[in-house]
Amino acid sequence: MNSKDLIVWLIPFFPLLGAILWGVFGKYFKNYSGYLGSIFIIISFILSTVIFFMVAYGHSFTSTLYSWIDASYFKVNISTTVDRLSVIMLVMVTGISSLVHIYSIGYMKDDKGFARYFSYLNLFVFSMIMLIMANNFLLLYVFWEAVGFCSYILIGFWYEKKSASNAGKKAFIVNRIGDFGFALGVMLIFVNMGTLNYSSVFSGIHLLPPYLITTIALLLFAGAIGKSAQFPLHVWLPDAMEGPTPVSALIHAATMVTAGVYLIARCHVIFSYSPSASNVVLIIGGITAFIAAFIAMTQFDIKRIIAYSTLSQLGYMFMAVGIGSYAAGIFHLVSHAIFKGLLFLTAGSVMHGMSGELDLRKMGGLYSKMKKTAITFIVGGLALSGIPPFSGFFSKDAILASLFNKGDYFFWIIGELVAFMTAFYIFRLIFNVFFGESHVDKNLHVHESPNVMTVPLIILACFAAVFGFIGMPPFNHSIFYSFINKDFANSLNFSPAVNNYPWYLLSTVSVIAGISGIYTAYVFYIKKSLDLEMLKKRFKAVYALSYNKLYIDEIYDFAIVRPMKNFSVFLWRVVDSFVIDGAVNGIAQWISVTSSKVRKVQNGMLMSYVFTLTVGVIALLAYYFVR
Amino acid sequence: MNINVNDYLIVATIIFCIGALGVLIRKNLITIFLSLELMFNAANLGFVAVSEYLNLMSGDIFVIFIMVVAAAEAAILLGIAIAFYREKGTIDIDKANELKM
Amino acid sequence: MSIFLKYILSIIIFFPLLSALILVFVNKKAEGLLRNLATVLSLVEFLLSSFLFIYFKSNTYEFQFVERFSWIRAFGASYFLGIDGVSLFMILLTTLMTFVSLLSSYKYIKDHVKEFVILMLVLETFMLGTFASLDVLLFYLFWEFMLIPMYFIIGMWGSGRRIYSAVKFVLYTLAGSLIMLFGLITIFILHYNQTGNFTFNLLKLYNTNIPLTLQIVLFIAIFLGFAVKVPVFPFHTWLPDAHTEAPTAGSVILAGVLLKFGVYGFFRFAIPLMPEAALILTPIILVLAVISIIYGALVSIVQKDLKRLVAFSSVSHMGFIMLGLFAMTAVSVDGSVLQMINHGISTGALFLFVGMFYERRHTRLIADFGGLAKKAPIFAALFMIAVLSSVGLPGLNGFVGEFLILVGSFKQYTVFTIFATSGIIFAAVYLLWMFQRVMFQDITNQKNEDFKDMTFREIMTVLPLIFLMFFIGLYPDVFLSRINPTVVHFVNIIEHNKYAYNLIKAKMGLFNA
Repeated sequence: MNSKDLIVWLIPFFPLLGAILWGVFGKYFKNYSGYLGSIFIIISFILSTVIFFMVAYGHSFTSTLYSWIDASYFKVNISTTVDRLSVIMLVMVTGISSLVHIYSIGYMKDDKGFARYFSYLNLFVFSMIMLIMANNFLLLYVFWEAVGFCSYILIGFWYEKKSASNAGKKAFIVNRIGDFGFALGVMLIFVNMGTLNYSSVFSGIHLLPPYLITTIALLLFAGAIGKSAQFPLHVWLPDAMEGPTPVSALIHAATMVTAGVYLIARCHVIFSYSPSASNVVLIIGGITAFIAAFIAMTQFDIKRIIAYSTLSQLGYMFMAVGIGSYAAGIFHLVSHAIFKGLLFLTAGSVMHGMSGELDLRKMGGLYSKMKKTAITFIVGGLALSGIPPFSGFFSKDAILASLFNKGDYFFWIIGELVAFMTAFYIFRLIFNVFFGESHVDKNLHVHESPNVMTVPLIILACFAAVFGFIGMPPFNHSIFYSFINKDFANSLNFSPAVNNYPWYLLSTVSVIAGISGIYTAYVFYIKKSLDLEMLKKRFKAVYALSYNKLYIDEIYDFAIVRPMKNFSVFLWRVVDSFVIDGAVNGIAQWISVTSSKVRKVQNGMLMSYVFTLTVGVIALLAYYFVR
Repeated sequence: MNINVNDYLIVATIIFCIGALGVLIRKNLITIFLSLELMFNAANLGFVAVSEYLNLMSGDIFVIFIMVVAAAEAAILLGIAIAFYREKGTIDIDKANELKM
Repeated sequence: MSIFLKYILSIIIFFPLLSALILVFVNKKAEGLLRNLATVLSLVEFLLSSFLFIYFKSNTYEFQFVERFSWIRAFGASYFLGIDGVSLFMILLTTLMTFVSLLSSYKYIKDHVKEFVILMLVLETFMLGTFASLDVLLFYLFWEFMLIPMYFIIGMWGSGRRIYSAVKFVLYTLAGSLIMLFGLITIFILHYNQTGNFTFNLLKLYNTNIPLTLQIVLFIAIFLGFAVKVPVFPFHTWLPDAHTEAPTAGSVILAGVLLKFGVYGFFRFAIPLMPEAALILTPIILVLAVISIIYGALVSIVQKDLKRLVAFSSVSHMGFIMLGLFAMTAVSVDGSVLQMINHGISTGALFLFVGMFYERRHTRLIADFGGLAKKAPIFAALFMIAVLSSVGLPGLNGFVGEFLILVGSFKQYTVFTIFATSGIIFAAVYLLWMFQRVMFQDITNQKNEDFKDMTFREIMTVLPLIFLMFFIGLYPDVFLSRINPTVVHFVNIIEHNKYAYNLIKAKMGLFNA
């Protein structure tokens, strides 16, 4: 093991060590688990940065720990590959994790499960790092499930709450539905390629017939749909907001949910050979982006609004990777991770100051009471709305430009529409929470969060403000794109975010969409020059549809969950107890009835025995003579 | 009138049937025993007749054996009959139905 | 040492019997002594059996530690023992599970302690004998003897309708094994007709030529015997009853070891003896296996009784094992054998936990629990690991086995595999839902307020199993490297069977046309 390998394996080692230490010996560490846990993650971050520069100025490299499964012709190693794509993800994940860990020390202070929380969180970081670094599909699948499990225990962290444990379970099960497809995809790759290593699979995939490539791509995408909460498996993410807010920031905004996008970028070779699968990715992304933004406009729970916003932004990323603009997708992934992590953490700060209140109708005018939180929140909001020069502007614009250049005008229009809605709902949130008149309960002592929480916010806000410049138009010459495009150059339908049209024209359109969204929110909630109630009444059906999340949960409950339960009861009560056991008991019954009848022959009457005997003898004799 | 072996056998059959009917029909244990003796002796008659006809000694030897066994049987059966009477106060065979399930 | 190694199998098989004999002379009233002695002796037995593992040569499929003595010369029965990579782990599983279940019974078994520990040890001997014997008659004897102690364990220390369950268990399995005996004797006679030698030597019987139609009839006969044991849908209904009423130790042994006999029987007897018939009937068996997977899982979802839920989940898991075995590729059979070990460990552990619930609250209804994680964090954590291992979470043992089975079956039986894979969703549904209702949420039932966390003895009971869950999940190579040669040989036997091969091809042709 040379020093490179050592550094690579130390990155996941520290979080794993933390997870085990706080998990098993949590009660001895108490509050130190928070500080030490953060330090562990920061060490991982530093090591990731080292690896980043090693790869940036050198080559990608593979290192193997040990042979995991070796069953005749099925061989899988525990090994990692670090390339440009994974180092970007690594730095992003460990960086945001560090900030979230530090923030959590303040946020989770005095919680009974403090050590347990950091154990879970470290375990998640470990799994996420391994997911990124895995160099074969099985290992990817393993940590794909592992992050899902971490998400399960973290959503249900406050397990005494029924809603929280329900949400955790729902997340795990819905994810498993996606993983079902993913697992089949992995198997399909193996039976056709005889290997699961990325490099061998990607170099040989074009030898397969197109329908197989498409099937594989779609099955892998099923996993991505589950993990990244795309339509129709998006239902778990809004519920996942039952978990602690830093968890929402880290797992359900910045890292885990983006694993789907990472997966497609990682498998860009497969997707590039299958235009139809890529189209499905594009369409699903478009649908999710639109409906999530549509739903977000009428929700009142601030965390849920941000959650729907995450769905919608993930939709953007999927649209990007769907048209082959992988670099733009990854760029938006990173910038979204920063500003969405920021938004969640600020929302957590608001919650912290409001003693856990989430309903924006009970807020208002908080700006004066928590200035740091408010300003950082607004920075995040501006980034999300795509207002220049914040990071969201550059990353979202690259996606929209790629859509336009590819000729997907329909999805470009959807993208612009979503941009408008995004700006509207996030500023609806900002105006309602931080400005206007206060609806806060008079007894509530609203306060700004401690420094351990606000410092990470400020750091993130700075990044959200300036990060975009590394991906400035004209895109292909910017730092970010020229760095990562080398990884994608070998895919077939690769469309770097080129601009055939003057980029500033397209950008102007998106900026207008963003600003008009903000203005609409301003008109509605600050100036109040339009009567909202009247609008609600006029568009009652549309409003109800949005407010009730398109009734998707109810439809699933009605069409899948309940029939399945009823069917199971039927199987148990009817098939098992009645048919099979009935048959078994029926045979037993038949034997017992028959034998009780036959038993009567033995009546104890000597005479009848003798009679039978005589008849028998006579019958035998008769047979003898007649013959 | 010449009596041949067939006639002996016919008589033996008739006596056997009478004995068998007696066993089947009568309820009294002693009567049944007597009918049983009739069946034995019908068989004995058959043995003797055929033995004479074939000029063999073995049939006669069988008869002697059977008579000895029958005597022993009679002793046992009478013993059973007395025990049965003491138990049930009757020697009606229909009361002996303890074997049924 | 060499003598010890030469007769190690006999020593291992009869050591528990000897232990039982020692226990006979212990005073009935000295319950503590009886329990401790039995537990220690079973631990010694486990350590003895670990010698097998240490001295096992992993590079050959040949039977090892072979012992052979003539027994009944008149019809060629012999005392013939030997193990390969599969029976090695079955034996280790047996000795481990017996130790664990004796350790788990300290509180559960309150009366007739002496009889209980003796029966457990006697049962262990019979189970070990079944796994180690290579003589068909010897195998059958051990196989039938097994029923007797199990009957008493369920019937005497069970709960509820224990007599009903015990009788159901015995009749079900007895009916199956009698039909199996008929099949085995037919093969024995056929072999005599062909060679003029009476022999019950399994390795020689393998060479019997059986006409195809007879083969199919016999296979069905033997299939019934083993399918009941596995159990495969629709022969499974004895299992939930037996499990529910059995004492914890009985359930653990039942799930951990007895169910494996069905699959082991297929592996050792049915398939190698009648490969062609096995290949022809494979689609039907696979259908049953897949139905078992989904059926067991769906029925588990709606169970109200913890133990019944785990029992039905067993049906589902055993379906996976059957699928892997009958897909008959090296990878899938590897997975299947590994999954046999995994199922023993995971389901055994789940039953141990259910037993602990019952000891504390004298109920097994899910609705009676809730919010226990707060009161018993160690209990919750370890129970969660066992549940996740059963769910097949990567990193734990269940995943490796399941994935190997699925990936091995995928190529030839794609549709079956897709259906089987859906089982992983259902497993998450029923187990996590159960876990949530038992451990999470708020305490609704006042009686749960003083729910005790695990004691040291209880932790020690499950710790070996938990350790194995991680170990197999993270480093299955220790197991796979020993299983693999045997499995490859097994698959080769079937593939080298040219007749069968042609038949399959003809059949494929039929399907294509």
